[in-house]
Amino acid sequence: MLDACGAANAEELFAHLPEDVRLDRPLNLAPGISEYEIVRYFRDRADECANGYASFLGAGVYNHFRPVLVDTVVSRGEFLTSYTPYQAEISQGTLTTIFEFQTMICQLTGMDVANASMYDGSTAVPEAAMMTVRATGKGRVLVARSVHPEYRQVLATYSKYQGMPVAEFGYNAESGALDLEDLERQIDDLTAAVIIQTPNFFGIVESVKTAAEIAHRKGALLVVLFTEAVSLGILEPPADADIVAGELQSFAIPPSYGGPYAGIIATKEKLIRQVPGRLVGQTTDSRGNRAFCLTLATREQHIRREKATSNICTNQALIALMATVYMTVYGKQGLRELAEQNLAKAHYLGSKLNRRFTGNYFNELVARAPEEKNKTLLKKKIVGGLPLGRFYPELADCQLLCATEMTRRADMDTVAEVLA
Amino acid sequence: MYPDNFRYTKEHEWVHAQGDAASVGITDHAQSELGDIVYVDLPKIGSKVEAGKSLGSVESVKAVSDIYSPVSGEVTGINETLATAPEKLNTDPHGEAWLVKIKLSAPAEIDGLMTAADYQTYIGAEK
Amino acid sequence: MIKKVTPHLSQNEALIFERSSPGKKAYQLPELDVPPVDAAEALGAGNVRREIEGFPEVSEVEAIRHFTRLSTWNYAIDYGMYPLGSCTMKYNPRINELVARTEGLAWAHPYQPEALAQGCMEVMARLEAALAEITGMDAVTLQPAAGAHGELTGILLIRALLEKRGNARKKILIPDSAHGTNPATAAIAGYAVENIKSSETGGVDVCALEQLVDKDVAALMVTNPNTLGVFENNIVAVSEILHRKGALLYMDGANMNALVGIARPGDFGVDVMHLNLHKTFSTPHGGGGPGAGPVAVKKILEPFLPTPRLKRSGKKWAFDYKRPRSIGRVKAFYGNFGVLVRALAYILAHGGPGLRNATVDAVLNAVYIRKALEPYFDLPYSSPNMHEVVFSDDRQAKAGVRTGDIAKRLIDYGFHPYTVSFPLIVHGALMIEPTETEGKLELDQFIDAMMSIAKEVETDPQLVKNAPYSTRTSRVDETTAARKPVLRWKPA
Repeated sequence: MLDACGAANAEELFAHLPEDVRLDRPLNLAPGISEYEIVRYFRDRADECANGYASFLGAGVYNHFRPVLVDTVVSRGEFLTSYTPYQAEISQGTLTTIFEFQTMICQLTGMDVANASMYDGSTAVPEAAMMTVRATGKGRVLVARSVHPEYRQVLATYSKYQGMPVAEFGYNAESGALDLEDLERQIDDLTAAVIIQTPNFFGIVESVKTAAEIAHRKGALLVVLFTEAVSLGILEPPADADIVAGELQSFAIPPSYGGPYAGIIATKEKLIRQVPGRLVGQTTDSRGNRAFCLTLATREQHIRREKATSNICTNQALIALMATVYMTVYGKQGLRELAEQNLAKAHYLGSKLNRRFTGNYFNELVARAPEEKNKTLLKKKIVGGLPLGRFYPELADCQLLCATEMTRRADMDTVAEVLA
Repeated sequence: MYPDNFRYTKEHEWVHAQGDAASVGITDHAQSELGDIVYVDLPKIGSKVEAGKSLGSVESVKAVSDIYSPVSGEVTGINETLATAPEKLNTDPHGEAWLVKIKLSAPAEIDGLMTAADYQTYIGAEK
Repeated sequence: MIKKVTPHLSQNEALIFERSSPGKKAYQLPELDVPPVDAAEALGAGNVRREIEGFPEVSEVEAIRHFTRLSTWNYAIDYGMYPLGSCTMKYNPRINELVARTEGLAWAHPYQPEALAQGCMEVMARLEAALAEITGMDAVTLQPAAGAHGELTGILLIRALLEKRGNARKKILIPDSAHGTNPATAAIAGYAVENIKSSETGGVDVCALEQLVDKDVAALMVTNPNTLGVFENNIVAVSEILHRKGALLYMDGANMNALVGIARPGDFGVDVMHLNLHKTFSTPHGGGGPGAGPVAVKKILEPFLPTPRLKRSGKKWAFDYKRPRSIGRVKAFYGNFGVLVRALAYILAHGGPGLRNATVDAVLNAVYIRKALEPYFDLPYSSPNMHEVVFSDDRQAKAGVRTGDIAKRLIDYGFHPYTVSFPLIVHGALMIEPTETEGKLELDQFIDAMMSIAKEVETDPQLVKNAPYSTRTSRVDETTAARKPVLRWKPA
């Protein structure tokens, strides 16, 4: 091959590089190791984590059982090692599953159209906010304090240079739900978006309808966010929302210390051209058979460049596929039954703890319980709830606990004993 | 092919003025360069446009092209049929597929634009 | 003569909703060990949904067949080469998949007490150090979820630094050969974009740059090697021009597969850059994601990096949230940890020498392809290429055949197309990057296929224009898909 290249040795291929850019020493990295040593390395790292602990953490990342079929499907080389489906003729596998994904998200959220996924729930929020600005021509964004704190931080970073001022409105100290009076006080004719989360960060179910009325009266759009996708198995979908943004981690996506996850943006027909990210559409091929392809690409960066709806290039295809398989395995009945189990588990736990808020909750709740007590739980190999002081100083004496279908009664009894 | 009573721009738009009422569209050359047109983005009625500035865009599957207004004035009408049938721009760009109607604020601008003959020379040279 | 593929039976398969039948199920939940709760009572009657209309109802066998059949309609790296330029479609090592699923890592919750997350933090710290060494930079953030996300982070960092110096400035210079994410990113960061034309050799025109860089220019975004696969020989001079005028140099690291172990961006004047772990570092594309886009910076930008950052606290790792100058968060939690694990596994497997060898092979393979195809396809830029090569379809265009047609015909020969019509500075581009994991056999088959198509263009152009013929799905009607978008299934 070197002969064909006209080079006497491989180094000659780099001879054209200027001297002053070349690295004149080997990389300061250990030599390569064997497969077994690599497995050992990561197993050792895993042992340095909470291996085998029961966990009551939620707060945007949830422990749900991952049906076996999920990894079976995503491990297929045709899904794992394939590229973005720009060449429709040889990517119908990916395109079809994304079309199914888009459909299922619409069915789940009550919206007309959904994209092929965003990086995650946290980045879907600023993308949704930017959509409302484009759609309304207005600039202000109002976000509820009961939206996930880290999601609000991401929104703040994105909005700084967009000329999109963000203000927060509070939650009701008793119910834990939206402080609608505060929202009424702050919303004005310049507001493009009101962003709420349901169930909110405290696990409280919000009244989407009321928030929508307030937003629409002022010509603002309502963005409804979810972080616990399983809740949509039992909760009425937010049909009054203009945009639904969310995180699908609950659907067979491993918690994996924070990522990769898959976010979604779903919306009404009228906002279809403002949607960021990839979209798969149905069409026919030249033989008249149904086929799928990427479409409405003129919204995207590779065509619009600086005028694109977003700079996003990727969609989390493989992650979205995990969710698609999950939704298929559980299906219409299963997701409902799963949600009912989550409800039952969390309410069993909630009935034994000193609940801070009175609002309705799904599978997460805020309990009055000092952080100290979690040390006792750790000794019993249980990770307790998330102490809230780090995000809400006024709730420093509380923690956020989650119970799912994977949570065992015995562990809930232990937690109740220690924390109460 | 290119109506004599229209005037043309270097960016391949046409304008047909009668007094201070004008129609604006894109030329046949433009539509053939773009290929199958899938979507048209038009301004709102009542918005002000300026000669040389973008008033909207035309999209094919793989490209977006700005539409530059040949004239200054106010948008008094938009061609709603293009929302459901953008393909008309490919079949009848000079007639049925007009884009906007404008009330001219500076009718004299028309005189600075190319005639049909000039335009045909221009696109001939472009090739 | 097409030797690499043979048409073969593939199963048909409807959409999962069309396969569904009421009452079928593929799941089994355990019995509840706590009392059931009435949903209406617990959530409020108005808040309980009736059912998820249209959601699938299939058995496990139907589910597995559905997805398996669909998968067989895809091409994949596991089947053969993807010559896609700038995508770096190298083999996705299966060891990566195994270790990413190690239970203690896959089930780690980002809010686990730090004392119980040391293993995860160690993985991240080790990867940060390795990427810093590879890029020649001083600090790395692993938070961005993808390349474009990394670009945004990088530009926000530049902005923060310039603001601290008193003037954020107004515009970013971007070569006309750049990837679309570059200008899109600049716009989101609140900068105007100014295009800089490429020189005759396809690089940054240094004279033009000298003219363009003024007090309003915040940065130049450059890809090196550029999207022609050509190294920016003037890169040091470029960085000096920018630095002299108080601007910074951002590098899009998409083409790092040509540089690892050979040259380090930190050594040739780059201030900030992103990496694509799903390109250079072998993490799988998965049909379009996930990826990860770590950002590496010089010391001057370190204070502005996203929060939190890993720091050493005695013998342990901890997250530092006290970072007053930070641009904030670009994503919840810490980054795409699962992707980071895969990238680290790749680095551990190769080691320093292995990574350099990979680069050498990547360049060798691309030069080999260039030499073989030069007689058949127009090469608009004659500079030495590195890990990719860009031809133009000028010769074939004379017969009315364009790069898109040649790409479609390549499918009949058993390959995925190369990158079509990009970069825009080449008329009718064919952008080819084999990567190091292709052996001579596959490369020769690719070369034979391209040569054969070139001949077909001369003898029977229509044959090429109407390809592909042997796929289940023929060319799709993208026009109708855009004119009348149907983005979801609906029951009849």
